[in-house]
Amino acid sequence: MELIYEKSVDGRAGVRLPAGDVPAASPLPAGFLRGEPAGLPELSELDVVRHFTQLSRRNIGVDTTFYPLGSCTMKYNAKALEEGARLFTPFHPMVPLLPGGEKFSQGALAILHRMGKLLEEITGMDAVTCQPLAGAHGEVTGIMLIAAYHKAKGNRKRYVIVPDSSHGTNPSSAAMVGYEIVTVPTDACGDMDREKYKAALSGEVAAVMMTCPNTLGLFNPHIKEICALAHAVDALVYYDGANLNAILGKLRPGDVGFDVVHVNLHKTFGTPHGSGGPGSGPVGVKQALVPYLPVPRVVEGGDGRFSLDSDRPLSIGRTANFFGNFGVIARAYGYTLMLGKEGLIDAGELAVLNANYVLARLKDLYDLPYDQTCMHECVFSASRQLRHDIRAIDIAKFLIDKGFHPPTVYFPLIVKEAIMIEPTETESKATLDAFIEAMREAAVLAEKDPAALKRAPVTTPISRPDETKAAREQKVCHFGC
Amino acid sequence: MGFTPHTREEIREMLAAIGVGSVGDLFHSIPQALRARSFDLPPGMSEFEMMTRLQELAGRNADVVPFVGGGFYDHIIPAAVDHLAGRSEFYTAYTPYQPECSQGTLQALFEYQTAICRLTGLASSNASLYDGGTALAEAALMALRITGRSRILLDGAVNPFSRSIVRTYLANLPVEVVELPPVCGESDRSRFSREIDDRTAAVLVQNPTFFGCVADYGDLAGQAHRCGALLVSSVYAVSLGLLKTPGEMGADIAVGDGQSLGNPLSFGGPSFGFLAAGKQYIRNVPGRIVGETVDREGRRGFVLTLQAREQHIKRQKATSNICSNQSLCALRGLIFLSCLGRRGLTDLAMRNRDKAEYAKGVLTAIRGVTALSGAPTFNEFTLCLPRPAGEVVSSLLKRGIAAGVPLGPYYPGAEHGLLVTVTEKRSRDQIDLLARELETALWN
Repeated sequence: MELIYEKSVDGRAGVRLPAGDVPAASPLPAGFLRGEPAGLPELSELDVVRHFTQLSRRNIGVDTTFYPLGSCTMKYNAKALEEGARLFTPFHPMVPLLPGGEKFSQGALAILHRMGKLLEEITGMDAVTCQPLAGAHGEVTGIMLIAAYHKAKGNRKRYVIVPDSSHGTNPSSAAMVGYEIVTVPTDACGDMDREKYKAALSGEVAAVMMTCPNTLGLFNPHIKEICALAHAVDALVYYDGANLNAILGKLRPGDVGFDVVHVNLHKTFGTPHGSGGPGSGPVGVKQALVPYLPVPRVVEGGDGRFSLDSDRPLSIGRTANFFGNFGVIARAYGYTLMLGKEGLIDAGELAVLNANYVLARLKDLYDLPYDQTCMHECVFSASRQLRHDIRAIDIAKFLIDKGFHPPTVYFPLIVKEAIMIEPTETESKATLDAFIEAMREAAVLAEKDPAALKRAPVTTPISRPDETKAAREQKVCHFGC
Repeated sequence: MGFTPHTREEIREMLAAIGVGSVGDLFHSIPQALRARSFDLPPGMSEFEMMTRLQELAGRNADVVPFVGGGFYDHIIPAAVDHLAGRSEFYTAYTPYQPECSQGTLQALFEYQTAICRLTGLASSNASLYDGGTALAEAALMALRITGRSRILLDGAVNPFSRSIVRTYLANLPVEVVELPPVCGESDRSRFSREIDDRTAAVLVQNPTFFGCVADYGDLAGQAHRCGALLVSSVYAVSLGLLKTPGEMGADIAVGDGQSLGNPLSFGGPSFGFLAAGKQYIRNVPGRIVGETVDREGRRGFVLTLQAREQHIKRQKATSNICSNQSLCALRGLIFLSCLGRRGLTDLAMRNRDKAEYAKGVLTAIRGVTALSGAPTFNEFTLCLPRPAGEVVSSLLKRGIAAGVPLGPYYPGAEHGLLVTVTEKRSRDQIDLLARELETALWN
């Protein structure tokens, strides 16, 4: 399909601007002006509409297709939430920061405050900031809070411990705050190896970052002990909330000893993933870390009025321009209101039911490296299919032809040829059955006709692209940049 | 209300296939002692009731005529932007890990990267970061990696929120951040000349400055390069319809907030951050990058590329921890720019400046009101008022006008400074009303 730049026709006009009801200004001195206009395409409105509508048809999303992308919680995104967020699009974020301006923003401040309160109850933490703009942004904010805590106590800390099954964002976030990473291997049960963990702990450990349930979809029953061991050396424990959907109402990180959590509103709280964002990664903390939270804080006065508190001398400062991805937070607030207590508990339970159903129906044909009841996702290995030279990627591509978005493949890194399936609670048994059938067909083809899998996908706008060529040529911009 | 489709019968069948008696049994690995101590949440509600609640909350915000900017700007958004970005094939997809079924997103991001390169005059762009402030912090980290040095010169005329983010990001690293106070809303060039040295990784500036002054940083780029340092310029996207590009000034990295490109104010987010850089730095760029390639039949296609920079492969050695970015907002930016086109963006920028120059004229005609500096401005300018600006803003807010951003909270000693923003959406009548109300507030 042509690029929008290739459709451009010199002199064609798009949008008409508001009237010029003031005199033209005298021009800026030439030294401040760009040499020539930016090379943007010149198109009519219909040209633009056709182009992006056609592009959208070369995509699939949750609305078109089952999307069991492990670790990403691709649940249905309720349409009312789009409408709800739109109610707040006109409001300028500087207004509440002006003297006397808070009273013009009471509704928006109320949403930020109330969503924070709901998340405190859901995670068992003492305070929440909604400022972080995505999960990984929550992680780096959380580790900065931990660093501020240690600095204030005069602790000399160098290391952050992560299990080898962790998301890549965990070690990366800790490294951005200047910590060295100690990686602890996984034991035969799929949990972080406790002996090796104990050996890694020392007075120089600042934090331990845990995903619970972990990226194998398994709950670690020793989590409380892991937290206690860390606390014994004044290390804090970080909860990566990517998998919170599994334990809604069952377990709260704050109850078992976690000190900092982030929550991915775009996963657990049903906001759309936007082709890669925007997300939102609120961070919850225990009391000892409250003084360090980013500014401004939304606070509720005794009269029920909300205001912004920027006068917090111990704060780490700002981690984002304003108050967070407000539009995403408003959607998540609407979602939480609609589901309520019972709906959230149901969501977690049925997510776990769906994952275990898929696991039960596929474990005869695919290797299951850790054969136990899973939580919200299950991780298979295509190692059996590899004997026929079929890899996880081949199965993934075949699933596209069968009308599904593939599961996550090759993650977690500790599972060879990993296939990580997270169905979510909003998918019906009929959809799961159809997906299971396709996975079973792939397993049969791997033995009988592996070439068919190697050809896939054949129904998509392009077949498998040459990724090596892309990396070698580094063509990241249409010519003329 | 939830969105789960399961019937009781289906749940029974699924439990039988799994071989357990109840859904509760699936949670046997969570010991009773660890179970939630509380889960005290309100009962659920219908869509109608939820919408009523949100409408009631939206009603507790009040519309004001905004002459405020400070990083977020009230620009027109063509209706096509909402409609096209509202296609759920875009907004319910995730990061395009599987290129064959994500060509829509991938091609759009390639076109977005091209637009950012052409706007900034630099040869490579990533597929978006969180916002303008975090993009500036990422650019500082990138410069530290590229140069292997440990000193950052941060212009005090950069947006104070962005400066706070940079300081927060660098606070725990062995890096010296030197902030250079501005002089009359502009960078203190002589101070920069003294400070740029062979330990300096980067010089961070903004155009126009937070005070609205338009600058050409070509001289700073030259000085930085002579010392082996990089110039990082934070820019206001819409102003690039008119102003000299970071590339033309010799900047190595350009960043900014993309809100002004088709993203609503939305109480501060979501917007997106953009980051463009010279091609030689592409392996140090943070975040997703889309590249062009061909498929097995030789057809053009697009993929996420240079992923060996990223956290999911490199873990602690990655160029950034970013995973989710702000793709949909970047898509909105691309659609916005496509709707306006080459001439439309130039016209939009000129219209902004026309309105702002008119406003500057009528406001500085008020007795006792002067412009902070004689430097040229784009669509923001700083006034010096005869009274503390906070008091004036507070009293005009009661009249439904957000007259500007008082500078006192961000620049101690500048309590009489008021940063006024005038976009193409402000009519002459609104500007005249601002002038009348300001005069009344000052002198009656």
